[in-house]
Amino acid sequence: MSMLLVQALNGLQFGVLLFLVAAGLSLVFGVMDLINLAHGVQYMLGAYVAATLGVWTGSFWLGALLALPVALLVGLALEWLVFRHLYRRDHLSQVLATFGVILTVEEATRALWGSAPQTVLEPMALTGGPLGGVEIVSGLLYPTYRLIIIGVGVVVPLLLWFLVERTRAGMLVRAGATHPAMVAALGVDIRRLFTVVFAFGAMLAGFAGALASPIFPVAPGMGDTVLILCFVVIVIGGVGSIRGAFIAALLVGLLDTIGRAMLPDALRLVLDPSAARQTGAALASMLVYIAMAGILFFRPAGLFPGARA
Amino acid sequence: MPDEPLLELNGLCKSFGALAVTSDLSLTVRPGEIHAIIGPNGAGKTTLIHQISGTLRPDRGTIRFVGRDVTALPFERRARLGLARSFQITSVVPGFTALDNVALAVQARGGSSFRFLRPVSGETALNDEARAALDTVGLGRVANTPAGALSHGEKRQLELAIAIAMNPRLLLLDEPLAGAGPEETERLVGILRDLRRRYGILLVEHDMQAVFALADRISVLVYGRVIVTGTVDEIRSHPEVRTAYLGEDALA
Amino acid sequence: MSGQLRSHSLPLAALLALAAAPFLGFGDGFALSLLARAMILGMAAVSLSLLIGGAGLVSLGHAAMMGVGAYTVVAFDAAGVSEGVIVFPAAIAAAALFAFVTGAVSLRTSGVHFIMITLAFGQMAFFTASSFSSLGGDDGYTLYARTEWLGTRILDSRLTFHFLCLALLALVWLGCSLLLASRFGRVLRAAKENPQRAQAVGFQPYPYRLVAYTLAGAVSGLAGALLANASEFVSPALLSWTRSGELMFMVILGGVGPLSGAILGALTIVLLEEWLSHLLVYWRLVFGPLLVLSVLFLHGGLIGVIPRTRAALRLLPWTRRNANA
Repeated sequence: MSMLLVQALNGLQFGVLLFLVAAGLSLVFGVMDLINLAHGVQYMLGAYVAATLGVWTGSFWLGALLALPVALLVGLALEWLVFRHLYRRDHLSQVLATFGVILTVEEATRALWGSAPQTVLEPMALTGGPLGGVEIVSGLLYPTYRLIIIGVGVVVPLLLWFLVERTRAGMLVRAGATHPAMVAALGVDIRRLFTVVFAFGAMLAGFAGALASPIFPVAPGMGDTVLILCFVVIVIGGVGSIRGAFIAALLVGLLDTIGRAMLPDALRLVLDPSAARQTGAALASMLVYIAMAGILFFRPAGLFPGARA
Repeated sequence: MPDEPLLELNGLCKSFGALAVTSDLSLTVRPGEIHAIIGPNGAGKTTLIHQISGTLRPDRGTIRFVGRDVTALPFERRARLGLARSFQITSVVPGFTALDNVALAVQARGGSSFRFLRPVSGETALNDEARAALDTVGLGRVANTPAGALSHGEKRQLELAIAIAMNPRLLLLDEPLAGAGPEETERLVGILRDLRRRYGILLVEHDMQAVFALADRISVLVYGRVIVTGTVDEIRSHPEVRTAYLGEDALA
Repeated sequence: MSGQLRSHSLPLAALLALAAAPFLGFGDGFALSLLARAMILGMAAVSLSLLIGGAGLVSLGHAAMMGVGAYTVVAFDAAGVSEGVIVFPAAIAAAALFAFVTGAVSLRTSGVHFIMITLAFGQMAFFTASSFSSLGGDDGYTLYARTEWLGTRILDSRLTFHFLCLALLALVWLGCSLLLASRFGRVLRAAKENPQRAQAVGFQPYPYRLVAYTLAGAVSGLAGALLANASEFVSPALLSWTRSGELMFMVILGGVGPLSGAILGALTIVLLEEWLSHLLVYWRLVFGPLLVLSVLFLHGGLIGVIPRTRAALRLLPWTRRNANA
């Protein structure tokens, strides 16, 4: 039972990371109608920068903090170099050009840091007492750092909600998502709005990468896996919907984590161990996609159909 | 039964939120007649067309076409039953030639389209029929021009040719004269006049001169309901129509 | 007819060059296996071009269909079956089935949703392939032997294999071109350009798109089975989404309109990758920006370069005088 609890917490924490990446992706798509495959690159860079700066400064937290402006700058640079030329192009061109950006940036990462994964020590893991772990049920310590990530998952959505629903910039973003021509006609510099949204999304993804760096291997392909799961999140949640992205991200995080941990064991009840391990692993990796297919079959526009299809 | 109506709408209702765009609407189109629907902007004409063609589902009421209830049938199934629709904003396949546009419609009603290896350009019977439909509307000379390169009026004519090529029972024409110049209008009215008697036609049109010249019966739609149906003369002299439609004119 | 010949002159020249290549100094094992790879990926690219250019379906999971074909060969090999009469039809059928099932779900959506969902299904296939440890898992699987045909080891000859791939590539190109020109293809193209119009004359696009998606899957399954034989090794990398992106790049680089563009694109990219990776360690630092630049600036693809150049030449003053004379 406590095993299930731990896996549920791990799943939540994975879901939070997915949400941070998916929120930016969904915003950028909702406002600019741009499908940006290279969004995962921001996540990867966030992790690398946090890892490197963490070593330089001797503090993980300082490194993670510094990763934010770096991700922001890289996002702005990419927007200026590539993405702004794609806003008026069809989705096919957007997919391909941003794919080219991924190839380039991942190769550059390989050239700078090598192909081997970077290791980042989990902060606070070695500290004793309440800073190291929290006793969630009697006798079971859960790392405080991971609980902090889950806490981020509570704070950031609230912050986002406030920004989008309660500020002038947020109002423009919402209006820009539904009536871009109208907003432009009202004298709003839609270009600048795009840049701001884009940079913000890039920063969120970079933040997610920095948070993830102690937990997942920091390697050149790490952004791709997350990116594709984020697509699943967006498809399930409904394109352009932050609320949908949040719920879907937690769903995908939980399903994926718990499936991987439990399915092989569960199948052992009906199959012999080796077959159970293989089938369980295969099924677990398919689980998220099967769920997506199932949801789409009944709701082709996702759980919370957004402004744009 | 010559008098059985081709199309019969019965108690049709459709609301968007609190706004009733179609309320308790009933009307018929008989074989061989042009039944025009007029009404001020916002009267719900286009919404009605959508419900008849099957792109919008009514909240209540039934639609009978050629003697069967088609209320639940999707757009393309109604098309196959012989309901040809033109669009308010011209809708042709721009990359196809005029001939291919029409041939697509011929193909839809004759034989399977799950044929994979025989080039369709070689199907003479199919292309001849398409050419005949183009000739009917006077577009024979531009048969091989890409539809996207035709003038606005020619695209209008092409839409008619596509509709004819479907060999339909009923033509559902949504403002076929919209955006056409005076000469084009004259030509299109001429074509429509030739087509009457061959099909039932439900005509939604703003050009009153054309409507009065063409229609056998006219229904006046105001705020989603038919306030009166009658012949051209009856409509001209109807007091309620004059108030609703002509506004100050009637007050003066 | 002569106009058609002209518009296909570049790909026809490419096919002729491929036929002549073994006798013009490219007959060594390395060159032949490189060309075989290019031709096989060309088949998959043609089938993707059928979807993108013909049906307007931007699939980002096309490598998965190739992967299903390849892994069918692997599964039979692991079971000790290497008879082509069984293996090849099975590979094609498996890929078609995979395409049919995933297509049935994906095609309920459109636009960006479709791109994301095909990508997701592709990824699902990738992870599934990696999790089968009996088929090599992440490390991949080395075939015991190339597929036989009625007991003969005919595919073991590189030259035979070269011409088999060439013939199949030409056949796939011809077949897909005929398909687009047929009744079926016309419905598909109409539904791409104006789905509302297709419905108005009585066509529901869904079944036509699903059949096209399934057929494209079958062709990719064939390509996958050939690819497994070409390299005698299959790993999940074959199904990775970057492979799907690469296939898409082949289609766009060659030119979306005519299917032959995909053949040109495949040849160009396979050879370019090979050349760059010999030149540089971090060759994607050049390849990636090239990709971005070609999307931003090369409208219409390589296949459009000749007519465009010709049109540009016609505008020059001296050529114009010649034309008048």
